[in-house]
Amino acid sequence: MDFTDKDLVSIRDLDREQIEYILDLSKKMVPYARGEKVKRALDGKIMANLFFEPSTRTKLSFESAAYRLGCDVIDVSEMSMTSIAKGETLADTIRMVDAYCDAIVLRHPYEGAARLAADVSSKPVINAGDGAGSHPTQMLLDLFTMKEVKGSLDGLNVALVGDLKYGRTVHTLAQALTMFGVKLTLVAPESLQMPQDIVDNLKAKGCNPVKTSVLEDAISDADVLYVTRIQRERFPDPAEYQKVAGTYRIDNATLRTAKKDMIIMHPLPRVNEIATEVDDTPHARYFEQAFNGVPVRMAILCALMGGEM
Amino acid sequence: MSPAEVEDIKIPPIRNGTVIDHITDGQALNVLKILGVNENNIDSCISIGIHVTTNRSGEKWKDIVKLEDMELDPVTVSKIALIAPNATISIIRDYYVAEKYDVKLPEYVVGLVRCSNPNCITNKGEPVNPKFLVEANCPPKLRCVYCDRILQNISDNLM
Repeated sequence: MDFTDKDLVSIRDLDREQIEYILDLSKKMVPYARGEKVKRALDGKIMANLFFEPSTRTKLSFESAAYRLGCDVIDVSEMSMTSIAKGETLADTIRMVDAYCDAIVLRHPYEGAARLAADVSSKPVINAGDGAGSHPTQMLLDLFTMKEVKGSLDGLNVALVGDLKYGRTVHTLAQALTMFGVKLTLVAPESLQMPQDIVDNLKAKGCNPVKTSVLEDAISDADVLYVTRIQRERFPDPAEYQKVAGTYRIDNATLRTAKKDMIIMHPLPRVNEIATEVDDTPHARYFEQAFNGVPVRMAILCALMGGEM
Repeated sequence: MSPAEVEDIKIPPIRNGTVIDHITDGQALNVLKILGVNENNIDSCISIGIHVTTNRSGEKWKDIVKLEDMELDPVTVSKIALIAPNATISIIRDYYVAEKYDVKLPEYVVGLVRCSNPNCITNKGEPVNPKFLVEANCPPKLRCVYCDRILQNISDNLM
């Protein structure tokens, strides 16, 4: 499968076959991501890491992925440090960066920023999160984590919990899971439920998600509990945030009715959604999930930048 | 007198030009906005009927626009389907209907309507023309190519 010079902007850029190809390539990358093997498949190439919004895992794992493949990295971490602060448009910034690198990784506060970047850049553009929009590389590493632990994605019972309205991760993940016949339960306060156009999209693809605001309704049947933080920074009104902050908290008592092999995932950072006592249970997979960002992003970089493994 | 004859008295027939009929009730002025037709760029008469009775089954009211001495091409009028998906276009020559067709949206709508998502990059001063994939024609369902959201309230977001 040839991904060379393609963009990875939204779930719409991928079909099931392409996702499976990336997941298979990610598995091959694991020993290289751990440093147990070395191959400089992208030697001499340069990746531009443009992060106009705060990030720890995504930014660092992209950098780690690039370095593990022998790819050099140039980066921007703050909008205030760029000419955008002087009034330059994103389109002009991207045209300039395009001349300095072989691929662009972009995180931006506005939805659609990555598609605009892909329009004006001749190099592959990878969306590392655009506002409340898409986060396709997170979706791929989430699928990889589920597949690695459960053996297969087909027919899994997945409960998405927390901020399903503003959380870009769950928007992208829910749409990808429909390609694998997954049963979805959407656990959120009414004001933070999944946007209707995404639910309509899920239904059009044959998935009929169950909506609930009660976490206990979902735990006993779930194979995967995917928990998200209620994001203070996405709320236009702080009073609205206070109404729903801390709605769900998972601790060992909450997990009494869970299947023994049920796994808990979280894109991190967590605030207080998951008690630290859960970290020591076999359910907790979120730190493994964070590590998986490296092999999956190595696979994505390698595929888009034409590396040979 | 039949309802059609009554309508002809209210909105007189034209000799040559274009009749846009069965416009969704209340959208006639938006149709002119989409077509870019106004008093400053046309030398002939524009007749507008708003809240006119219709014989079409399932509907009670419609709007109608008649543009004298102007023949609109199918590509131009296809844009009308954004707000009036059931409209029909008749090209009139010497009082007779020379051509008649339904409006139909193209695969993509570009530069006609802005994204209803305030956080979309197309609403942030970037040099980019809003572009939408047409997912359904009637009623129109448009998905922003940039932010992936479905466009809400099309008539409120006409450019």
